Amino acid sequence: MEIDPFIFRLSIFILSIFIGYYVVWSVTPSLHTPLMSVTNAISSVIIVGAIIAALAGSSESVFDVSSIFGFLAIVLAAINIFGGFLVTQRMLQMYKKKKDKKK
Amino acid sequence: MISSNLSAIFYLISGILFILALRGLSSPDTSRQGNYFGIAGMIIAIVVTFLSVGNFSNSLVYVVIFLLVGGAIGAFIAFRIPMTAMPELVAGFHSLVGLAAVFVAIAAFLNPEAFNLGIVGGIKLASLIEMSIGAAVGAITFSGSIIAFLKLRGIMSGSPITFGGQHFLNLTLGIGIFVLIYYLCITQSANIFWTVIMISFIVGVLLIIPIGGADMPVVISMLNSYSGWAAAGIGFTLENTALIITGALVGSSGAILSYIMCKAMNRSFVSVILGGFGADSSSDTTKEKKDQKPVKSGNAEDAAFLMKNASSVIIVPGYGMAVAQAQHALREMVDKLKKNDIKVTYAIHPVAGRMPGHMNVLLAEANVPYDEVFELEDINNDFANSDVAFVIGANDVTNPVAKTDPKSPIFGMPVLDVEKCKSVLFVKRSLSPGYAGIDNELFYKDNTLMLFADAKKMTEDIVKNLE
Repeated sequence: MEIDPFIFRLSIFILSIFIGYYVVWSVTPSLHTPLMSVTNAISSVIIVGAIIAALAGSSESVFDVSSIFGFLAIVLAAINIFGGFLVTQRMLQMYKKKKDKKK
Repeated sequence: MISSNLSAIFYLISGILFILALRGLSSPDTSRQGNYFGIAGMIIAIVVTFLSVGNFSNSLVYVVIFLLVGGAIGAFIAFRIPMTAMPELVAGFHSLVGLAAVFVAIAAFLNPEAFNLGIVGGIKLASLIEMSIGAAVGAITFSGSIIAFLKLRGIMSGSPITFGGQHFLNLTLGIGIFVLIYYLCITQSANIFWTVIMISFIVGVLLIIPIGGADMPVVISMLNSYSGWAAAGIGFTLENTALIITGALVGSSGAILSYIMCKAMNRSFVSVILGGFGADSSSDTTKEKKDQKPVKSGNAEDAAFLMKNASSVIIVPGYGMAVAQAQHALREMVDKLKKNDIKVTYAIHPVAGRMPGHMNVLLAEANVPYDEVFELEDINNDFANSDVAFVIGANDVTNPVAKTDPKSPIFGMPVLDVEKCKSVLFVKRSLSPGYAGIDNELFYKDNTLMLFADAKKMTEDIVKNLE
């Protein structure tokens, strides 16, 4: 019997939780705030769903009921992607070692 | 147009790049590179999506316009936001992820053909369950984060809002959501779908209002986790590997952070969620104590004198430092001390501030090298060998009661052993207790000198006196 593709996705999901578990435990506590802002940015990869929804409108009617929700989601996710990565970058630039500072 | 197999491979690559982005954060040296991995992963995911849909009509132009509008807003916020406002910003961003998840789920529900999920009124069962769970979790994340944002911003009072039957109501609504999803699967009715989303919005509000201001580190981490699970739910609906991987990563990341925060407060996750901390702990004995016990208070001159004659100083920053924006003045003070060959280090409690790592970011902003900043377990033994502890804006995390009084609400919470220092300088505006509602014994110790003033002003005065 063939395995349902759902099971494959579930396997990816479960394994990713384990990867997340080990990777996040190794994050140094001083970088926990950047961790939150970067996880924020990457979870906005949900924008792929928004793009699919937005592009689904036909060329005569770019904005139908469902594509409008897609467009709105694109704006929200884009705020997060740009805002999240840039603010993370801004924070990480500030972390300096003693040596860099003095000489 | 590229084949769906090829695009799946690219989504996998972007998922891996996201893992590397988090991996980079294991040290400040590799963190910047990690962030670039994250950006690369995002670009790959977006470009592949354009190519796989392969629709290059007018719609594409609008998509790019909306993308850039959102991007411009995001970039503007990212450059303008002060570092002290980081907790609100993160809460605000969580709400956007949540709402985006809801919108994508709605779009998929209204136009399932676009996502290959069947037809209107005949959506595949599994997809319907996945999208309604994604929408429900997204809605809870959205409204919960809005409340967290309002509380952090000070627009809404940080004190817990509780009422009778609250937990019962939450439970009922929670079960209601599952029952409705069950009926949604049978009837495919749009009205039930809308109801599920509406109830979830309400649940989000109800979940966060009973949680007090200082439990915010847990709440933010928890909402971080929720936004991940919402993304994963949508990822299953869209059968998209990048989203599933990312959702799982973010979900577990937020869960771990919540766990670390709870542990640092010695509270169970459940008790934080049920909320109302501090409401019942205002025992009358503390008030009597306050009247009886003498407190030594001093001024900037005394503090400067004490520190000048010390050979080692440990700084203990807390949320009050963030509120007063005192980190730059503090850094100036430390520079002066270092010129006199005094060893200065910083001690940070995991729950200092309003979100995980909040103090570290503020100190980094003030150009404090990160290798002078230590976590609780790494520095706690050093207090006994140090001359002066300079507590600025922290309170409960230094309270020795947590080690001595089993009746205290914070008993068992790991605290910084500030009292072991030869002398303690405690910058605080008044003797009022911290958020836990309990008196800090440290105020009345013989070796404690209270400096009653605004944190920033006091630090600046000390700097002047160090000249």
